[in-house]
Amino acid sequence: MATSTYPPERAAPHPAPAPIVRTSEPPRFHLVGRIRELARTREILGNLVRKEVKVKYKSSVLGVAWSMLNPILYLAVFTLVFSVVLPASVPNFPVYLLSGLLAWNLFATSLSLASRSIVDNANLVTKVYFPREILPLASEGSALVDFALQGVVLAVFMAALRYSFVGANLLLLPLAMFALLVFTAALAFWVSALNVRYRDTQHLLGLALLAWFWLTPVVYPGGLVYRKLALGHHPWLFKLFLLNPMADIVFGFQRALYAHVQPRGAAQAVLIPVSVGWLALVLGAVSVGSLVLLWLAWRTFFHLSGDFAEEL
Amino acid sequence: MAAAISIEGIGKRFRLYHERPDSLKERVIHFRVKAEELWALKHVSVDVAEGETLGLIGPNGSGKTTLLKIVAGILRPTEGRVTTRGRIAALLALAAGFHPELTGRENVYLNASILGLSRREIDRRFDDIVAFAELEEFVDNQVKFYSSGMYVRLGFAVAVHVDPAILLVDEVLAVGDIAFQAKCLERIRAFQQEGRTIVFVTHAPDLVLRVCDRVVLLDHGAIVDEGEPRQVVRDFRRLMSRQSVAYGWDEGTKEIEIVSAEIFGPDGSGSEIFAPGDELVIQMDLKASTAVEDPIISFALHDENNTFVFGTNSGWRIGPIAFTEGKYRAQFVLRSLPFVEGRYYVTLGVHSRDSKRVYHLQEQRYAFDVIKGEENPGVLFIPVECKVERL
Repeated sequence: MATSTYPPERAAPHPAPAPIVRTSEPPRFHLVGRIRELARTREILGNLVRKEVKVKYKSSVLGVAWSMLNPILYLAVFTLVFSVVLPASVPNFPVYLLSGLLAWNLFATSLSLASRSIVDNANLVTKVYFPREILPLASEGSALVDFALQGVVLAVFMAALRYSFVGANLLLLPLAMFALLVFTAALAFWVSALNVRYRDTQHLLGLALLAWFWLTPVVYPGGLVYRKLALGHHPWLFKLFLLNPMADIVFGFQRALYAHVQPRGAAQAVLIPVSVGWLALVLGAVSVGSLVLLWLAWRTFFHLSGDFAEEL
Repeated sequence: MAAAISIEGIGKRFRLYHERPDSLKERVIHFRVKAEELWALKHVSVDVAEGETLGLIGPNGSGKTTLLKIVAGILRPTEGRVTTRGRIAALLALAAGFHPELTGRENVYLNASILGLSRREIDRRFDDIVAFAELEEFVDNQVKFYSSGMYVRLGFAVAVHVDPAILLVDEVLAVGDIAFQAKCLERIRAFQQEGRTIVFVTHAPDLVLRVCDRVVLLDHGAIVDEGEPRQVVRDFRRLMSRQSVAYGWDEGTKEIEIVSAEIFGPDGSGSEIFAPGDELVIQMDLKASTAVEDPIISFALHDENNTFVFGTNSGWRIGPIAFTEGKYRAQFVLRSLPFVEGRYYVTLGVHSRDSKRVYHLQEQRYAFDVIKGEENPGVLFIPVECKVERL
C-alpha cells in the first residue's frame, strides 16, 4: 500500500531578504517603543484616514463639498443675523465665530469618532495585528481633513472681506494647533478604550461635549467673560475658566485669526485683553500639560488594548 | 537556523465578568464587579522551524485559538513572549476591514495595507489578486453588492498574495464552495512547497494528518502532547473519547463476556487510523463462565450517519462452534478496507444463533478512522494493479 504523498517534497526554505522580526508586545508600556511601532505602520494610518473620508461621502453626489457647506452655511446665516438683523456687538462676527468653531469642531468630531473607533472596527481588531492606537488617531486624522476643508472656507471668506491679520498674533496659530492636537489625542485614547467596556461612554461624551462647548468662548466673546469675571468680585473664577484647556486653545485661535482684541466698531474688547506673550505662555503650559495627559492616556489605552480582541 | 516562530512560556489570563458590565450604570448599580480570573494558556512553549507546518489540535476551549491569536499579535500575552521572523498572514483575517461602501479595488488596497503591504507592493500584485478571486468584472463595484462567496474569495485572494513567510490558518476552509475549498488547500500545499511556515488550527484530524509535519495537542491551556501527527491524533482521539459518553452501551447475560477488544493494523499494533486498502484486525478476548452450545460471535460497522455498512459473524464464516467454561480469543481479519474516508463505529456481539439470547453486546463501543490520500479519490476503495507495458 503506497503511503500518502503528504507532506509533499519541500523546496529550500522560502528566501526572505530581511525577515521582519516581531516580538509580542511586552506587558509593560514603553513610550519610545510605541512611537517606533506607530512610525513603522504609518501607512496604515494614512489608509484608514482615507477610508473614513471616502466612506463618509460614498454614494453622495456632492461628496467632500458637504464638509465645506457646513461652515459656508454658518457664515451666511451669521452674517445675515448678526450684521443685518441685530446690531453688531461683535464686528465681523462670522470670522470671530469660525476661528473658534474650527478648533472646537476638530476637538468634538475627533472625540465622537474616536469613541466609536475601536467598537466599529471590531472586525479588524479581532482579526489582524496592528498598533491599536492607529484607530483613535485615524479618527483625529479624518477630523483634521474636515478641519482643513473648513479652514479653506474661512480663508476664502477672509480674503473676500480683505480681512487683515496681525503678524505677531499669527505666531500663536502653530502653538494653539499643537496644544489642540495633543490634548485631543489624549482624550481620544481615553474615550476609545473606555468605550470598549462601557458602551455608554459615547453617550456620556455627547452630553459632556455639549456642556463643554458652552463653557468655551466660541459663540460669546472672551472679552465679556474677562469683564464679568476677572474684573468682577471673584477674579479667581476667571482663573478657573482658564483651567479649561479648550478655552485657552480657542483664545489662541481667535487671537491668531480674528486678530483684533478690540476691532473697529466694537464698544468693548471682544477678545481677552492680554498680551500675545502671555497667551503664548498659557498655550505652552497647556501643551506641556497635554503631553503629560497624552502619556497617561496612552498608557491606559495600551494596557486595555491587549484584550480588546477578547472584549469586543 | 532560528525558528520562524518561537513561543516562550506563554500565559494568557482572561478576566471573566459574571455579569459583564456593559455600561457604567450597571457598574454603579452593582458597585463592584465580580471578576474571575481564568488562565486560558499557561506555560506554553513551542518552536516552529522555518518551513514547518505545525498543527494545533485540542478540544473546544483548550486554548488553541487563543494561542494562534497571540502568535498573530491580536491578543497580548500576560506572560512570556512570542518572536516571529517574517511577515505573518492570518487566514482568520479573511476580508478583515472590508467596508461594504467601498469598491473591491479600494478594499483590496485597504486590507492589504493592514496586512502589511506597502502601496507599491499592492500595485504590483493587484491584477493577480483580482484574477485569483475571479472578480475582474466586479472589482470597481461596491463590496456591498457582492455575494458572500465573492466576498470571501476576494478576502482570501488578498491574504494569500500578501506573500507571508508565516501563514496562520484557523479552520476557515469551512467557508466557500467545494471548488474554492480545494483551491485553498492547493494553495496551502503550494505554500508548503515554497518552504513557508504554517500554523494550522483545526478540529479535523484528517486535515492534520494530510497537511501537518508536527502536531501539538492542547488541553486546558497546556500542551499535553507534541510530535508526529499520527501519534498525536491518536492521543487526541483518546482524549475526546474519554470526554464523550454519548455513544456505546453494553448489555447481555454475560454467560460469555467480551473481556476486552482491540482493533489493530497490519503491523500488529493497536491503531485507530487506517488508509484505504489497509488490513484491519478486530480481536476479542472472551470468557465463558459456563458451557454454551452454538454461540455466534459477530461484528457490525456503522458510519458517522449511523448507517449500517457491513457486518458478519462466526456462524456464516466458520459454522457452528461450542464453548466450555474458559477463555477464548476471536479474530476477524478484514483483508482490505473498502472505505476511503470517515469514522466507523464497531459493534461487537456474542449471542445465540436465533439472536434471542444475547450473551454480551457492545454497541458501537469502538471506532476507527479511515483517511484517504490524494491517490484515492471517490467513495470506495478498489484494490487496483496498474500495468503499462510496451507492445
